[in-house]
Amino acid sequence: MDPREMISRRAALELQDGEVVNLGFGMPLAVVNFIPKDRDVLLQSENGCFLFGPTPRLGHQDSDTANAGSMPITLRPGASVFDLATSFGIIRGGHVDCAILGALEVDQEGSIANWSVPGRAPGMGGAMDLVAGARRIIAILLHTDKTGEAKVLKRCTLPLTGKGAVDVIITDKAVFQVAPEGLVLTELAEGMTLEGLKAITQAEFSVAPELRAYRLA
Amino acid sequence: MDKITTLDQVLARFQDGMTIAIGGFAGVGSPLRCLELLATSGVKDLTLICVANCHPFGSFDLAPLFANHQVRRFITAHNGTNPEAMEQFRKGELDVEFYPMGTWIEKLRAGGAGLGGILTPTGIGTIVEQGKQKLTIRGRDYLVEEALRADLAIIKGFRGDPLGNIQYRRVAANTNPVVATAADWTIAEVNEIVPVGAIEPEAVGTPGVFVKGVVQGHTFEEQEKLFQDLWTRGGILKA
Repeated sequence: MDPREMISRRAALELQDGEVVNLGFGMPLAVVNFIPKDRDVLLQSENGCFLFGPTPRLGHQDSDTANAGSMPITLRPGASVFDLATSFGIIRGGHVDCAILGALEVDQEGSIANWSVPGRAPGMGGAMDLVAGARRIIAILLHTDKTGEAKVLKRCTLPLTGKGAVDVIITDKAVFQVAPEGLVLTELAEGMTLEGLKAITQAEFSVAPELRAYRLA
Repeated sequence: MDKITTLDQVLARFQDGMTIAIGGFAGVGSPLRCLELLATSGVKDLTLICVANCHPFGSFDLAPLFANHQVRRFITAHNGTNPEAMEQFRKGELDVEFYPMGTWIEKLRAGGAGLGGILTPTGIGTIVEQGKQKLTIRGRDYLVEEALRADLAIIKGFRGDPLGNIQYRRVAANTNPVVATAADWTIAEVNEIVPVGAIEPEAVGTPGVFVKGVVQGHTFEEQEKLFQDLWTRGGILKA
């Protein structure tokens, strides 16, 4: 299975029925395709709506109905629209139960960096507010970069989006819970050994007594 | 009272060195006709305040302003959709002042609402803290962010009347209601100009007191076609 699909499928399992959820830009958006059928979540789009649905078919789009990437979306029955100040009041004010954010780096203190690389600063957008306000933060990323370098670090090297804010880290190789004492490995991908994982993880971590196989359903 | 105005009169408002706040979110709910006017006006050294840069498929809404090097400073939450602006920033030709999106909108809301600024926890522990006052209230740290205002605001609505009342539609409201309040002079571009009384009171998103001029933009039909073409060309919409 494609590593990104693995991560999206696993991240979707974190969402509980009835939760208010914000999916950050990039890989998190794919999570919407894998939300278990028995769980109804209220998806927020940060540019100002709740209960958006799938991409409309040609001829059914609306020039005033788009997501934060300015791509067309549909609105489901019961949807609401509101302005940006209200939207960020929802985000910053603790009304979002769970935010799933793509990460460039995460570290063993639960810090996340996802908005700036040397020579290229696109801007933080809504990510920092999500980190400040959402009740639970799930960080998702490929375990290593294109050259095989670890991205789960002792300390983030890139400009931080949030310090110590992440609750769960999901990669294509492992799932870590972020506890006060540090990272705890709770799931390990099939075919991965503990030694193999340590070799590609810079962060220190302990292993949960109830360590299990990486769940996809 | 008749605030209905023309693009020529809007053009006369543009000055070199102005601070202009633009409503909309990367093209959606953006005042496209006024932006075209600004891009062909020749005014320069602008400080532009907008939540994000142009639509990711480029070349309309804010993109021409950067392509023409009309912008000296950009106050925003996100610049990444515009490669030209990113390059100007990298080379030091463009000054970009970044704020987290929630801070950006609240600075403007404070600016329009007579507040000196706001206290926000967003950015604590990051480089956003640099150069800012920090207060601890009931054990939680907050950054002091000052109010932000513009000389001119250009917003986009669905319908507008001669009193300046503006009705918004769907997710195109986004930044427009707040941006409308935070300038010395606000122009509202609309899809349709309607008579006084046509907009139900509870449907007014921006009361006319905030608006100095209402100008006809693309009709709703023209706007629908523009976005259908854009999204189809981009491979987003399929039959």
